[in-house]
Amino acid sequence: MFSKLAFAAAIAASAAVAQDAPPLEVDVVGGIDAPMSIAVPSMATSQAVETAAGNTGMLGNQVAAVVASDLRSSGLFTPIGPDGLNGYPYIEATAPAFPRWRGSGAQALVSGFVEARPDGRLTVGCYLFDVTSGRELARQGYVVGAAEWRRAAHKCADAVYSRLSGEGAFFDSRVVYVAETGPKNNRMKRIAIMDADGSNHRYLTEGKSTTLTPRFSPDGRRLVYMSYLGRMPRVFVIDLATGTERLLVPGRIMTFAPRFSPDGRTIIFSMAQNGNTDIYAVDANGGPPRRLTATPGADTSPSYSPDGRRVVFESDRSGTQQLYMMNADGSDQRRISFGGGRYASPVWSPRGNLIAFTRIAGNFNVGVMDPSGGGVKILTDGWQDEGPSWAPNGQFVMFHRTNQGSGQTSLYAVSINGGRARRLPTPQDGSDPSWSPLQN
Amino acid sequence: MRKSLTIGVAVLAIAATSCARRAPVVDPIPPGPTENIPPAQEVNPVTGDVEPIELPAAQADLVAKAGSDTVYFGTDEYNLDDASRATLAAQARWLLANPNVRASIEGHADERGTREYNLALGERRANAARDFLVQQGVPLARLLTVSWGKERPVAQGSNEQAWAQNRRAVTVVVR
Repeated sequence: MFSKLAFAAAIAASAAVAQDAPPLEVDVVGGIDAPMSIAVPSMATSQAVETAAGNTGMLGNQVAAVVASDLRSSGLFTPIGPDGLNGYPYIEATAPAFPRWRGSGAQALVSGFVEARPDGRLTVGCYLFDVTSGRELARQGYVVGAAEWRRAAHKCADAVYSRLSGEGAFFDSRVVYVAETGPKNNRMKRIAIMDADGSNHRYLTEGKSTTLTPRFSPDGRRLVYMSYLGRMPRVFVIDLATGTERLLVPGRIMTFAPRFSPDGRTIIFSMAQNGNTDIYAVDANGGPPRRLTATPGADTSPSYSPDGRRVVFESDRSGTQQLYMMNADGSDQRRISFGGGRYASPVWSPRGNLIAFTRIAGNFNVGVMDPSGGGVKILTDGWQDEGPSWAPNGQFVMFHRTNQGSGQTSLYAVSINGGRARRLPTPQDGSDPSWSPLQN
Repeated sequence: MRKSLTIGVAVLAIAATSCARRAPVVDPIPPGPTENIPPAQEVNPVTGDVEPIELPAAQADLVAKAGSDTVYFGTDEYNLDDASRATLAAQARWLLANPNVRASIEGHADERGTREYNLALGERRANAARDFLVQQGVPLARLLTVSWGKERPVAQGSNEQAWAQNRRAVTVVVR
């Protein structure tokens, strides 16, 4: 139902190049009835040339494979190919032979090309067509370093996804998380970064000290996280380019639960002293922390609204863990969660319209609510699902799931529109995922 | 609260009295071959401090003489029951008899809680144990507190028995 409606609207709305057309706004309720079938054959090349990332012919196949995989992961598409599909000559990238595609059953077609440039970089062209009408719906071109060919593929998938769903892009992003291994009573935990589809995976810390809850800065250049370096749980800031690590609050003081503000200038976190945990904010470059909460309850897991003006957090000041809202300066603190159960780890959507959280009601499950606390919708059904993080487009929530007994942890992503959570494969176990903003 | 404080003081008074009747016995930490007293530690350039180092032989002596290095808590709770107070009182006596070491009081939570809340809960537990030791006369300067949240369980099961073993505060003897 959804796929045909969006598609018909897309055709009607687009007259010329789709980049200039306003984005479609489609409200999807209750999950996707029938994913759209979309053909993604290997992209063409005018001349098969060796590059630092391999032959351009091979790259045409690899780019298409990444596009197809991304589109499938959104839950909105059933991609056909590139495996099992013949390619097409270079001239058909911009002028497909539609009778062939109509016969395949595909409603849409992604075509394009990969070219080697004299300076060693790649040009990647990406075109989206409505197979029935033969109309071009979107086109984009990218120039990337050869080693960055995957980003061109993600940007192409984003263009296709956005054009057909009306939602914002999210494939060209990264995930930072805690890679875990070992038995429960001797766990090694270290920070790892990967592309959102699991590629380009690397470990950032050695694992000598347990590390937890990493978060990207809005510009993607720094991480903030908690580490037991020196046998004390404390917040550190690391510059990803230089690897320089800095203790956020000097001294032997327990700090944890750090997040950046949306403008990247402030870090908000919890500080625990003498049996009490409160929320503080500090300039991201250092300075004296400003106290925001001062109750005997355990106040933690703060999250800024996208405009940076408000903060949602959890507190057990009422006796159980519940969600609270306050202004960014700590004023006007009020409780927003009133449903059955306890509520924890709130995270504000980058779109501002929803707050994701962990609800404890027997089992631990991830859900969303609107910022007033209403509209509670539980999205997962595991034994212990927790620690939500938003996709850049506010349509998907990543979290980690712990297996009862074994303690094995895995990363999952689920659509806010419902449907089964999808596992993100990682080399070891994974927890505390944090989804980066869209990359430039 | 007040009642238990009175009991603790009374126990200490009795112990002091009985020690006074015999010749004072100060148990030295046996410097056995298994004890590696680490050399002076380096200041970590990032944290600006020195990591506390465990002393296994001293830890074993604490357990032998105080009965246990660990006290336990109810779900989501951080109050000390009578058994915990008795154990901590014995730990305090050991610490007073062994003034050359410090203790890192380390609070833990079971896995059935969210990560950051459990860090706060572990700190409450560590702090409760530390405050009691201070009341027993151990100088505050000799006591560090650490929360491990749910990161360091001793029991691996996902059941009530395992969780009960993991809700704890451990007194770790450090240099």
